[in-house]
Amino acid sequence: MTAETRERQDVVLDVQGLRTYFTTDDTVVRAVDGVDLAVRRGSTLCVVGESGCGKSAMARSVLQLVERPGRVVDGRVLLHPAGGGGEPVDLAALHPTGKEIRSVRGREVAMVFQEPMASLSLVHTVGDQIGEPLRLHHGLSRKEARTRAVELLERVRVPGAERVVDSYPFQLSGGMCQRVMIAMALACGPRVLIADEPTTALDVTTQAQILDLFAGLRRDTGMGLLFITHDMGVVAEIADEVAVMYLGTVVEQGPVDEIFHDPRHPYTRALLEAVPRIGASRARRLPTIRGTIPDPGNQPTGCVFRTRCPEAVEGLCDTTVPPVTAPGPGRRVRCLLDEGSAPGGAPDGGDAVPTGKETVDAD
Amino acid sequence: MATLPDRSPSPETPRHPAGGPASPEEEPWAGGPLPGDVPQRVLIWRRFRRSKLAVTGALVLCALLLVSVFSEFIAPSTPEAYNAERTYAPPQRLHFVDTDDGFDLGMYVYDYQVERDPETLANTYTVDESEKIPVGLFVRGEPYEMWNLVPSDVHLIGAADPGQDVYLLGADRNGRDMASRIVYGTRVSMSIGLAGVALSFVLGLVLGGLSGYLGGRVDNGIQRVIEFLMSIPTIPLWMGLSAAVPRDWGSVQTYVAITVLLSLIGWTDLARVVRGRFLSLRQEDFVTAARLDGCGTGRIIGRHMLPSFTSHIIASLTLAVPFMILAETSLSFLGLGLQPPVVSWGVLLQEAQNIHSIAGAPWLLLPGAAVTVAVLVLNFVGDGVRDAADPYR
Amino acid sequence: MRYYVIRRLLYMVPTLFAISLVAFLVIQLPPGDYLTAYIAELSAQGHGVDNAQIRALEERYGLNDPFLVQYWNWVSGIVLDGDFGQSFQYNREVSDLMWDRIGLTLALALVTLLLSWAIAFPVGVYSAVRQYSLGDYAVTFVGFVGLATPNFMLALIFAWVSYRYFGESVGGFVSREYADAAWNMGKVLDVMSNLWIPVLIIGTAGTAALIRVLRANLLDELRKPYVTTARAKGLPEWRVILKYPVRMSLSPFISTIGWILPTLVGGEVMVSIVLSLETTGPLLVESLRNQDMYLAGSFILILGVLTVVGTLLSDLLLAWWDPRIRHHHVERA
Repeated sequence: MTAETRERQDVVLDVQGLRTYFTTDDTVVRAVDGVDLAVRRGSTLCVVGESGCGKSAMARSVLQLVERPGRVVDGRVLLHPAGGGGEPVDLAALHPTGKEIRSVRGREVAMVFQEPMASLSLVHTVGDQIGEPLRLHHGLSRKEARTRAVELLERVRVPGAERVVDSYPFQLSGGMCQRVMIAMALACGPRVLIADEPTTALDVTTQAQILDLFAGLRRDTGMGLLFITHDMGVVAEIADEVAVMYLGTVVEQGPVDEIFHDPRHPYTRALLEAVPRIGASRARRLPTIRGTIPDPGNQPTGCVFRTRCPEAVEGLCDTTVPPVTAPGPGRRVRCLLDEGSAPGGAPDGGDAVPTGKETVDAD
Repeated sequence: MATLPDRSPSPETPRHPAGGPASPEEEPWAGGPLPGDVPQRVLIWRRFRRSKLAVTGALVLCALLLVSVFSEFIAPSTPEAYNAERTYAPPQRLHFVDTDDGFDLGMYVYDYQVERDPETLANTYTVDESEKIPVGLFVRGEPYEMWNLVPSDVHLIGAADPGQDVYLLGADRNGRDMASRIVYGTRVSMSIGLAGVALSFVLGLVLGGLSGYLGGRVDNGIQRVIEFLMSIPTIPLWMGLSAAVPRDWGSVQTYVAITVLLSLIGWTDLARVVRGRFLSLRQEDFVTAARLDGCGTGRIIGRHMLPSFTSHIIASLTLAVPFMILAETSLSFLGLGLQPPVVSWGVLLQEAQNIHSIAGAPWLLLPGAAVTVAVLVLNFVGDGVRDAADPYR
Repeated sequence: MRYYVIRRLLYMVPTLFAISLVAFLVIQLPPGDYLTAYIAELSAQGHGVDNAQIRALEERYGLNDPFLVQYWNWVSGIVLDGDFGQSFQYNREVSDLMWDRIGLTLALALVTLLLSWAIAFPVGVYSAVRQYSLGDYAVTFVGFVGLATPNFMLALIFAWVSYRYFGESVGGFVSREYADAAWNMGKVLDVMSNLWIPVLIIGTAGTAALIRVLRANLLDELRKPYVTTARAKGLPEWRVILKYPVRMSLSPFISTIGWILPTLVGGEVMVSIVLSLETTGPLLVESLRNQDMYLAGSFILILGVLTVVGTLLSDLLLAWWDPRIRHHHVERA
């Protein structure tokens, strides 16, 4: 059995060609426009991209939590059953408020959100909110749920859990609230945890503690972690694999070391160059990416990044949608200029993988 | 777009060059799109236009204002002109096409046949289809003085022959034309609403502004006063205070007194809005920036803070006018507000106070319909402005 | 919580003081004093009034005392003896005339409040959750019209309709056969059966306002992140909505009791006049028109005090309902 097939067996959540559109009166915003990802058991996949690239919409689409006018219009979200046997469930095909998807939410796949204060109800006690999924999915009594809530709080290293369990979120700090959110997500022992920028609203010290907590939990529980962030520093700290998103598509994907040491896509390179480094010359200005994200309702033709790409080639990048190429094991790049991506040249023999709709309407 | 929360600066934040891109530590490659080439005013107008209800409301409101300005000209008659032969005359239907012999365009109404009950002296009216009263536009009729300045006798609509009377909306117990009275009432009721709001605007802006900008003890004091005024049932209070207006005062004095009374109690809502805005704006970076640049308090308030919530103030003002109108109507209805011979919607409704007059002449309730329409359109416009100014609220 | 209640009770003291001052001001404001009016009335009725009588009356009401002394006499009389003064017009104790009517007003306001809530709650939630549906548009439109029509107009229209189509002249809570009867079960039932029409009329504007408030609050809350959190737990949609956003949006809803009570009392006054109900309204207007100022002032005082007490109750209810208030949490703007 090769490493490759073993990895394939480890996949718990398999996102294929996911498209989520926001339809308003006069525009269609393609927030997620054909995303392929796989989350493996006991491993962390970081999705990184700048604000508005669709990473949050993608995360919510997994559980069909996108709010109107957003809608998952195409693609599959396969949740593989525990133990590897049996048919996977396609979450994207379920009714967004139906019973099937609800039995997955909070039990098989749980979520942690960006702003812990706003994401918790301020008028319900911490214990009530943590215990809720347990009472719902495991039928625990109010008292049992409270006992479990205390254990969970201790597990996410909340000091004085006995006291905190009966307090309200507004009495806690932001970091504590995020721990409460995590405890809530862990309550039913999910197989996949989706964390949507869980550290963005926190200060740097708290951020480091929460990242530690995530790493520890993933190690102990063996769950798959889908971690959304815009911070390359966070990626370096926590990721096993990285997917770089730009304008609703994944432009580059691969193991974290390879992405950092050998970025193939101009956008990834630009992102890495824009990270400030200690010890770098002060005289050097931090490089920025020129231009701004195009209006999401009016995407560029050809390669989505070409309007801001320093290496864009006229006549090529603006006419051809770049195919996905595989320059190495587990790596995928979506760039016409990637020199290592000659068809058939990839070490594992992977060809350019077409991903469905290759043409982009010129609107 | 709840799923893309960090996309662009919130529309409330005035676009300051410094407030644009996020700081590099947080988002190294950020730099949201700045749709800064369209001024806020234009954006608000575009959003306002999108609401059909608000636009319709604005049109009707304009019509009402025109009616109040040109009452003398628009009314078919004058509010005082009476005709003892026509007490409680029912409304006449306006016909546009004459089909009696052939097909003639032209407005006319049918005359009444009057029968007087010898005992009660009440008139009963039946439509007399044989007698037509031609109706014309820009006809000569009752003489009046436009804005008490220009004498004239031209009316927008009325009987073509000055010797005849037309009652499009019926007549009251003295045979006075309801249509004319409602038109004149529009002037008084609308103006008392606007004047009252203008006064409470000054009070609310000054006190609310002080409260929100200075904070601390001043804020506390003003808040207590507001809470107190809001906790008293306003109608009994208004009634009590307006009962104190001397009966022998002239109509202008009463008008001013009632307006002052209404605004003395009505400024609280506006003050709360202004205060709330000030409190939230005080924290904004651009205000701090202005202060650090050495701007004085007056300049900060006048140049930096006020412009950023003008539209909210306009919305609150529009929404405050209906309350004034309703209050005036209620007081005058009870006989505690404006007094005849001043004609306002409330004064007109006094006539409808007892069931016997409405039973015989339900058109006496028409001023109430005018009140409802005015209040409705003001609400539509106010809501429209508010939604346009702040679509996320 | 105890600290909150005590603080809230202390807050009431200056308000009550201010209300009594305003009520007394209303008594004092009319030009000329009420005694002149009284004497004029007596003379008009053909009674001669001699100077001694006038002096006795002046003495009794301390008319020559300074304002504050007069105020003190009036207030202490009320607080210590329940003596609200004398109605000149009826030549009776104000308290004799007032309490029955206040009781009915209170009952009317309470029933109206409860009915408004009972209607506004489901309709408001429906309207927000199904925003832009046909039902929502209908509710919004009816609400707008309800808000825009003065209460007394509705009463007039109702009176006209019932006269025109049912040949009945409306008026009064208490049917003729119970008019002079003491309060008993029959009379209570009779009043109840006559109550619902005024309740509907008075409640229209308040209900419309409540629906709008609830709908707007709920629309705000429905977009908040904690709702998504609740959905992500796998709760059924109705439980998500009822447990989280509805619960949050009820806080401002509860605090509306504070301002809806004054509105209800005001509306009650107007409607009662049109429908000639035996509540405070008609008597208050009559006393104001006749400058029977002790009666009018006492009504304003009691109505004001009742509203303040109502506001207090709503604040306490709110503190019990919303832990943020209980724990003095101020939302960071």
